[in-house]
Amino acid sequence: MTRSSKYLKFFAFTYLIFLYAPALLLPIFSFNSSQIIAFPLTGFTFHWFETLLHQSTLHEALRNSLIVAVSSSVLATILGILASRSATRYDFTGKQISLTFILAPLVLPEIIVGVALLIVLMQLGLSLNLWSVVLGHTLLIMPFSILIMNSAFNNLDISLEEASMDLGENQFGTFYRIILPLVFPGIMASLLIGFTLSLDEFIIAFFLTGTDTTLPVYIWAQFRFPKKLPTTMALGTLLLVTSFILLSLSEYFRRRAVNSRSSVL
Amino acid sequence: MNNLVQVQNVSKSFGEVNAVKGVSLEIDQGKFFSLLGPSGCGKTTLLRLIAGFEIPNSGKILIDNKSMDGVEPNLRPTNMVFQNYAIFPHLNVEQNVSYGLRKKNLSKAEKDEMISQVLELVGLTGLNQRSANALSGGQKQRVALARALILKPKVLLLDEPLSALDKKLREQMQLELRHLQRAVGITFILVTHDQEEALTMSDKVAVMFDGEVEQVDSPRKLYERPASQRVASFIGDMNFINEKALETKDGLKVKSKILGDIFIPKNQVSGKLSNNKIIIGIRPEMISIITKNSDSKGLISGKITDISYFGVTTYYKIECGSNAKALSVSAQNSFGQMDYKIGETVKLKMDVNSLVGFLD
Amino acid sequence: MIFAIRTETKKGWRLLSIPFIFSLLLLAAPLTMMFLLSFWTQDYLVLDKTFTLNNYIEAATQPVYQLLFQRSLIISLTVTFFTVLLAYPMAYFISFHGGERKALWLFLITIPFWTSYLLRMFLWKVILGYNGVFNSLLLWLEMITEPVTFILYNANAVVIALTHGWAPFAILPIFVSLEKIDRSLLEASRDLGDGPFHQFFRVILPLSAPGVVGAALIIFIPTVGDYITPKLVGGTDGLMIANMIQVQFSKANNAPLAAALSASSLMIVAFISIVFVLFNKKYLRRY
Ligand SMILES: Nc1ncnc2c1ncn2[C@@H]1O[C@H](COP(=O)(O)OP(=O)(O)OP(=O)(O)O)[C@@H](O)[C@H]1O
Ligand SMILES: [Mg+2]
Repeated sequence: MTRSSKYLKFFAFTYLIFLYAPALLLPIFSFNSSQIIAFPLTGFTFHWFETLLHQSTLHEALRNSLIVAVSSSVLATILGILASRSATRYDFTGKQISLTFILAPLVLPEIIVGVALLIVLMQLGLSLNLWSVVLGHTLLIMPFSILIMNSAFNNLDISLEEASMDLGENQFGTFYRIILPLVFPGIMASLLIGFTLSLDEFIIAFFLTGTDTTLPVYIWAQFRFPKKLPTTMALGTLLLVTSFILLSLSEYFRRRAVNSRSSVL
Repeated sequence: MNNLVQVQNVSKSFGEVNAVKGVSLEIDQGKFFSLLGPSGCGKTTLLRLIAGFEIPNSGKILIDNKSMDGVEPNLRPTNMVFQNYAIFPHLNVEQNVSYGLRKKNLSKAEKDEMISQVLELVGLTGLNQRSANALSGGQKQRVALARALILKPKVLLLDEPLSALDKKLREQMQLELRHLQRAVGITFILVTHDQEEALTMSDKVAVMFDGEVEQVDSPRKLYERPASQRVASFIGDMNFINEKALETKDGLKVKSKILGDIFIPKNQVSGKLSNNKIIIGIRPEMISIITKNSDSKGLISGKITDISYFGVTTYYKIECGSNAKALSVSAQNSFGQMDYKIGETVKLKMDVNSLVGFLD
Repeated sequence: MIFAIRTETKKGWRLLSIPFIFSLLLLAAPLTMMFLLSFWTQDYLVLDKTFTLNNYIEAATQPVYQLLFQRSLIISLTVTFFTVLLAYPMAYFISFHGGERKALWLFLITIPFWTSYLLRMFLWKVILGYNGVFNSLLLWLEMITEPVTFILYNANAVVIALTHGWAPFAILPIFVSLEKIDRSLLEASRDLGDGPFHQFFRVILPLSAPGVVGAALIIFIPTVGDYITPKLVGGTDGLMIANMIQVQFSKANNAPLAAALSASSLMIVAFISIVFVLFNKKYLRRY
């Protein structure tokens, strides 16, 4: 027993090195003074981060990405609240199958979703712009929102709602005064995760942006210019830090959602 | 008698918590033995030490005179009925029951025979193919029993096996378990926090508090001669009266304001007399209320302050003397029983033979 | 009673209809459109809407598409296999030996995946390249005398990068299914005579099967259609069907063929997944 657990521990740490290999290289090369992304390292510099400040196309892409990420995470969270409230509170025919359908983008290859959306937009003769990306991202993020909101709503004790109704509050008031505050952490988690997913999404954005590129599409374009790679690494490092902060926050809210349940019980 | 299970000065702690503190027990072959105690007193831990799921920090456990040091749970001659039954959800009844037969080189026919025998024993005949999640609580309980019994362990360990059942089913299963134990002759060690369950089912009961065994006795001894106040009040109700006592050759003399002059023989007293202080214990049903007009000599008189009706019995709180604690008295509600009212003064009579004395 | 059921259905649908219609418009409609288009043809910019199976015939018979389909499937099945194989002991370790630090371990595992997917895949190029990290390390350790080249710009590179990229999607579901196993079942199996080996194969593995099957599907389905990884580290020998779909769509201007290729991939993936699920049905009952 102890011997096998030693092997397991050894394996776990080795595997962890494998998992960390690329992510660790990112900050290393973003502070490395050489323009070539290879070992050995040549020296320490902030230069690549400074160049980020002067790239107007990057700033444009960042602005686009923020617009898309905020809009799609808000939209997806609203839709997710509706779907999971319905799924957790009511039992009705057709629920399972329609939910499965709504959750499908979770497993569908993104390229197929991208191609299908592009075909429709083209056939309808609509022009591609940021809003087509927003809709595509909302479709992709909604399943995640639903899963997060499902656990938030599941933690909600139905007797609290009944108590509120019993005390004379109407449905809307109950939703506003009881349900919303209690699932608030779930909503925050959904918004943050949605924002992070959208910020990182490439395929849909690649297919559906017209001239307005988002951050990942911008990065993709940078790969063609080896000289710009260190700058791209610096950008990647900043993105890593951002996601780290956002997801830690979402984890914090998710935990609070769990705690609020135990204090209710 | 042959001591099948010997627990010798066993201790077990989890970090700061000392769950079991130097417990010693001897459990006879073929007996129904119970571990009784309040929640968190270490019953489960002691059972799991015997099963081998926990390893003692110190002390020794022997089963059939063999030390269990370093013997893995799968190699011990014990089997366990888990509190939540732990029925394998991916296997059906028959697969669950025959789970432990893998290593025993048996033909299919022999296995089938054993399975149907044991299913009959626990009253599940014909349910072989039923899937595990289609079973009711009582049926799961029986599968768990069958699964352990089919291996013919020397000791069957049961951790609160009935606590998940409703009252009626629990009482029925108590009887069944008792019969089953007699029928198979295997030593049962049952963990429970339900004193009634322990008393009705067991040959012997060990009462535990705070990781220590306080008393090991037959149910009757336990009830009639509890070794401490804790045991006495954990098992049933008892009135405690503080008095002063004088030691004589074969007992204690007590001059009691409430009880009058009494003598308590040595075998009814536990502890050593130090500063003359004694606590006298008497069960509520050992006090009876005497009707007003009968002869009242040598009787204690008191005033009824509270009455609670329990169907078979009625409980009275009776104040004897102005500053003494009220006594609990219970009376059978039998035919011709008098009705008393709160505030009424009554005469009481006690069975002096049932008195117990506790000294510090 | 019937009245109650009706109001439940009504209330449920009143909420669900909005996200459902959204999905119909943005998923069902586009997929239907894609299927329709796959039966048409396009000549330069003119769309010919007469029904034809030519696109599918082309997809099925042209060696280049056959090869790409085959390669995509093999790569993605290999990735699925290795990812699950590596993830299982990790999940097992966290669940059974993680003790108080389970949350920390899960956190540690997910951190590297908060890096942009694009950049991570790109960094594999840095690791696996001729002058890359891996080769420098092996040279330095004197395990090789000359950089190895079989790990970049081919299918191996794609497998390595994807096995990395999808790791958490295997670890997490397997971990969850292991966590769900009632620990008293493990004790029961020991109590009934199993050693660690048999305990694993008779109780733990079957009970964690839903997690394993889930992980396999979560990885297999999307990786078949992965575009980024083959493009970045696959060279020409590692290109997959998604790359071809994109080419047909944009450069070759043959949207109907791209649609047919997408539809075919979707059907193949669905078919394999269904077979896989049926094959494991025994273990997928809800316990
Ligand atoms: N694995 C463990 N880790 C830490 N503490 C434990 C563990 N198991 C038991 N304890 C502690 O040891 C003490 C005794 O626990 P045990 O489960 O034996 O009590 P018990 O008598 O069976 O109680 P109950 O009737 O509630 O089941 C408790 O304080 C408990 O919190
Ligand atoms: Mg217990």
